[in-house]
Amino acid sequence: MPATYENIATTTLGSSQATVSFTSIPGTYTDLVLITNTASQLASGSEHILCQFNSDTGTNYSATYLYGTGSSAASGRNSNTNGAFIGRHEQTELGTGITHIQNYSNTTTNKTVLSRGGLAGQITIAYVSLWRNTAAITSIDLSPFNGTSFDAGSSFTLYGIKAA
Amino acid sequence: MIGNIVGGLLNKGAVLGDFESIATVTVGSGGSASISFSSIPSTYQHLQIRFMTPFTVQDGEIRIQFNSDTSTSYRSHNLSGTGSAAAAGTISQTSISTSYDGNATRNSAYAKSGIIDILDYANTNKNKVTRALTGIDVNGAGRINFESGLWPSTSAISSIQITQYGFDGTSYGVKNLAQYSHFALYGIKG
Repeated sequence: MPATYENIATTTLGSSQATVSFTSIPGTYTDLVLITNTASQLASGSEHILCQFNSDTGTNYSATYLYGTGSSAASGRNSNTNGAFIGRHEQTELGTGITHIQNYSNTTTNKTVLSRGGLAGQITIAYVSLWRNTAAITSIDLSPFNGTSFDAGSSFTLYGIKAA
Repeated sequence: MIGNIVGGLLNKGAVLGDFESIATVTVGSGGSASISFSSIPSTYQHLQIRFMTPFTVQDGEIRIQFNSDTSTSYRSHNLSGTGSAAAAGTISQTSISTSYDGNATRNSAYAKSGIIDILDYANTNKNKVTRALTGIDVNGAGRINFESGLWPSTSAISSIQITQYGFDGTSYGVKNLAQYSHFALYGIKG
């Protein structure tokens, strides 16, 4: 009997890579959960991780986020972006992220994405993102926001959760 | 479907493992005034509710009650991102408050989403606490929330009642959860 919480696919990079993709995602689950542990090749500073669905690279996404830096708490928003925001990373420290996509295969609503992430030495952050498309999600493309690459050792795991 | 929808222990999705599906409710045509999970077994350590509900009511919240307790003063706290500022709030009322939308303009094509953890739900030595990550973004407005809730009762949780409060374009009040709303209850073994 299949488990309720299943590993769909896992990738750990042996070398730097600009984009990591999950394709042919089955529509048989209820929710998706994506776990990321990544480092960037950005020269300095940290950046968001960009998440695109079904190869949609248009400005059909947006995000609202809340973050704490250790000295202050703040919030921001990006509208009409070319990807959902799901985490944050930098060159010298791995960033962690847990992303939830509820009812990813429904064809009625646009897709809402919830993420929590952080860099232990810098920031903790939570995002809610929107993909303005009612299509069922069948693929996910991940890339660093500033167009660099994920560093070797970055890992990505996609889980599916089944409901009763 | 107008009225209340009850999801009991269906056992249909129960599978071997530490994270098990207990019951799922998907709202049908016409919406539903409330959703209930009943006859929740006490055999898990924690519960988790995962939900998505079309954004048909604004300046509103999802409300949670336990064991049909409508009189106790539940307590809720939130740390939220409004898009321009970090905000914090608290409220004491006859339900736990979660998933506030910051009065973004409602649009049924968008959906509130959330994960609510109910820790040690069957422990009769502790008051019951929840923690939640919820949010809604509508491209230019929205809110991301970290939330906690308290039900000051040591009773084991055997049922959960979920409603929605807000403004539907006409009035404020308890409003139907819209068609296609999806609430799934999971048990986590300890």
